[in-house]
Amino acid sequence: MKFGVIRFPGSNCDDDALYVVDKALAPEGASGRIIWHKDTDLGAVDAVIVPGGFSYGDYLRAGAMAAHSPIMAAVKRFAEAGGPVLGICNGFQILCESGLLEGALARNESLQFICADVWCVVEGRRTPFTHAIPAGRHIRMSIAHAEGRYTHPEIDRLEREGQVVFRYCTADGEVSPEANPNGSMDNIAGVCNAAGNVVGLMPHPERAVEELLGHGGEDGRSLFLSALAWERGTPARVGGGAL
Amino acid sequence: MSRAPEPVVDAELAAEHGLSAAEYQQLCDRLGRTPSYTELGIVSVMWSEHCSYKSSRKHLGSLPTTGPQVILGPGENAGVVDIGDGQAVVFKMESHNHPSYLEPYQGAATGVGGICRDVFTMGARPIALADCLRFGRPDHPRTQYLLGGVVHGIGGYGNSFGVPNVAGDVNCDASYDGNILVNAFCLGLAKADRIFKGTAAGVGNPLIYVGAKTGRDGIHGATMASAEFGEDSEEKRPAVQVGDPFMEKLLLEACLELMESDCLVGIQDMGAAGLTSSSVEMAARAGSGVDIDLDLVPQRETEMTPYELLLSESQERMLMVVHAGREDEAIAVFEKWDLDAVVVGRVTDTGRVVARMHGEVYADLPADFLAEGLKYDRPAERPAYLDEVATLDVDAMPVPDDLGAAALKLLAAPNVASKEWVIGQYDHNVRHGTVIRPGSADAGVVRVFAPDGRAKGVAIAAGCQSRMVYLDPYEGARLVIAEMYANLVAVGARPLAITDCLNFGNPEKPGIMWQFIEAVRGIGDACRALNTPVVSGNVSFYNETDGQAIKPTPMIAMVGVLDDVSAHLSCGFAGDGQVIAAVGRVGGVLDGSEYADVIGGQQRGRPAPLDIEAHKPVFDAMLALNGARALSSAHDVSEGGLLVTIAESMLGASRPMGAKIDLPKNGDRPDALLFGEAPARFVVSYPREKADVVARIAAEYGAPLTPIGETGGPSLDVAINGAPALSLPVEQVHHAWTHGFRDIAE
Repeated sequence: MKFGVIRFPGSNCDDDALYVVDKALAPEGASGRIIWHKDTDLGAVDAVIVPGGFSYGDYLRAGAMAAHSPIMAAVKRFAEAGGPVLGICNGFQILCESGLLEGALARNESLQFICADVWCVVEGRRTPFTHAIPAGRHIRMSIAHAEGRYTHPEIDRLEREGQVVFRYCTADGEVSPEANPNGSMDNIAGVCNAAGNVVGLMPHPERAVEELLGHGGEDGRSLFLSALAWERGTPARVGGGAL
Repeated sequence: MSRAPEPVVDAELAAEHGLSAAEYQQLCDRLGRTPSYTELGIVSVMWSEHCSYKSSRKHLGSLPTTGPQVILGPGENAGVVDIGDGQAVVFKMESHNHPSYLEPYQGAATGVGGICRDVFTMGARPIALADCLRFGRPDHPRTQYLLGGVVHGIGGYGNSFGVPNVAGDVNCDASYDGNILVNAFCLGLAKADRIFKGTAAGVGNPLIYVGAKTGRDGIHGATMASAEFGEDSEEKRPAVQVGDPFMEKLLLEACLELMESDCLVGIQDMGAAGLTSSSVEMAARAGSGVDIDLDLVPQRETEMTPYELLLSESQERMLMVVHAGREDEAIAVFEKWDLDAVVVGRVTDTGRVVARMHGEVYADLPADFLAEGLKYDRPAERPAYLDEVATLDVDAMPVPDDLGAAALKLLAAPNVASKEWVIGQYDHNVRHGTVIRPGSADAGVVRVFAPDGRAKGVAIAAGCQSRMVYLDPYEGARLVIAEMYANLVAVGARPLAITDCLNFGNPEKPGIMWQFIEAVRGIGDACRALNTPVVSGNVSFYNETDGQAIKPTPMIAMVGVLDDVSAHLSCGFAGDGQVIAAVGRVGGVLDGSEYADVIGGQQRGRPAPLDIEAHKPVFDAMLALNGARALSSAHDVSEGGLLVTIAESMLGASRPMGAKIDLPKNGDRPDALLFGEAPARFVVSYPREKADVVARIAAEYGAPLTPIGETGGPSLDVAINGAPALSLPVEQVHHAWTHGFRDIAE
């Protein structure tokens, strides 16, 4: 499965995402390459990752400028054709700004940048990046953002449509106000579009694929393994912490 | 266009520029004429303490700077150290104290930006940051504002630039009330045979300006950093630069991309004194000259004068020399990254730095003369305070009835308590290499892949026990080196080299100069004995406000390597029922300890000295124990002594756990046993089945090993010779340690 990782000026998790799909998960059949933001064509890819960072310095508004990059028109076409798109952190912000996902990411309630490990329960509809993770399972990843407070003007509709994919929870899997790091509505850490093929989340699954680096966790692999199983068309169950 | 009018230069104007009468005379004599206004500006900056090291150079020359591991020592933008496999680490620490006090966010942010540029200028990709910070006492009215601003600024720059912040040191002390310290460290990874230098070689080669446009910000920043603060310090605020991490990120990627080709001759960051110092240093290193046409410099503001263009400290700019005829190739790389890149001059063989504007010459100065700078042998005299603080008054410090309460108070002291409030605002995981996060061990560790795919580790420990240096500058500086060394061996890293950032008061005062000389002597002696040469560094003098100097603070960052990163150790206990042991001497002394300060209200006494003969075997034993994979955890004993070390290991476990401790009575006061400090001591833990191998290795190296307890349980129970001394529930320990610092920050 070929992943295209978009590189905007100011992306800083592009190398990390590429490392995961091109090196760490190469034995599982993944490969990846960087796509330059000024390009107008994605080339031959099976999935797109919009990585984290501070595209265009996050000046104006996080993700606002990158949403108008030439490559985003190609990403939109790819998404409309049903192609899997994953936006991580700044990538999630860019997908919201470009209209591929609903809602917006506002400044953290604490007004501070937060770098911390969080737990998220996986729910919602089948998406390429989560279909193989048993619903209700909770996984550990880390967050690193100043603008991750998810807001949506019609949050009830979003919930009704099952577009909430990740929700912050405690280590025991309980979705509670204490487990909400940034003040997101309904503890929302990640959502998908109506069709389910575009997913965005604030936590960094690409930072949690190796025991060595993940403080004893590699739960983030499950998102990428899901995508690989999706591409193969084989039903699978992958990873994740205790139910 | 006619020549812009410039003020008339005389001794008075020179004095306003910070030049002494003698220095001004020396300048006129050498030029054989009165300098122009622009030239005066250039010379005043190049001869400032900040740029010229005029008070410190004589003494810095005594530091050990060579060794088989050193690829490049001091003199370039950063030091370069061999880590094997054709790979090198490039690192340096630098102060941004004065600007951070005036404008904490921008001052700290541009400190990070500057040190990163120093590293990637040399062809290294930054992979780790560390920050050593000093603030005034917690209840000082400015402390909270400065702390918040500095931490926000470091995070604001580093998080966006995208380099993990993995180590550092934050402390509070009244001596920093009027002069905080912000020392930023950056480490990059490079190929050992692809190191770039700041040299303007090759007559006729073009000089290319890249990066941000030049504005009026930061003019005379270097001069500001070379004077004490007084009541007028607020007026100096406009001399603080403004940072743009996004621009720097583009500059980084463009520079590294350009360095893949062979068109670059030399490259230098425009840091302090901007275009002036970069062009002078590049020309002087190559023995060449440069001709600059200031009309071509990209400008952010209109009607800038030659003086302003040459002295601006606008951030995120680089000066480079490329091979003639390959300008377009270089400029194309920068255009790809939407950056300005303009040929602004040429390399000449005149040995002079010439700056023109509108066809007129505004400055024409010999490069070597400027770069050579000045070298003073300032008078030094042992300061009188040393006698006053030489003895700890133990009678005024009775052993507390409630040792548990004392322990909690110490755990909550700002210098001991968890710095999670700071660490949590820095991205410490970006770049997919952070193996040991800040706060979870004595040193940060990042993974580095060797070309053959093996995962190695680079470890960084940074800090300074400034109270020890204050009490005994020579011995204290040796203790700082020993502490950083201990921090590295605790995580399993073989120490390689250091960078230093020497923060002191006004060097024109003999007492301050004496502190400096003694500290440098101590650093040199300890580094020689431990084979950790100094490869880069920075001196920050004039850390005084209204005549009050800071404690002497030679901040040290030591870098080490793990040949196999999987051998790294954290400080947290790994599970119930494991043996806890002390490696090295069990107890410490109260002299100069955090305990004596926090509980006894005394910053006095004679710190326990570093004894290389006795302590080196302890360090070696720690590395051998790690090499044999015998340990589950290791933690260096420092501020707060044995008890704080054990508590941190309890709380560092993946789920906080208790410990049962029984210490051998050794004739010391119980509080000295629990809270005393001394070098080369560790608390380790290991499974019972490893007890034999641990004992064998310790004996082999002659390192004292004393089993003192067992992990697990709901509380920290400490006895001395079987007699209960204190018992604290884990939650209480946890609460004190996690809230102590947060409560002063918020």
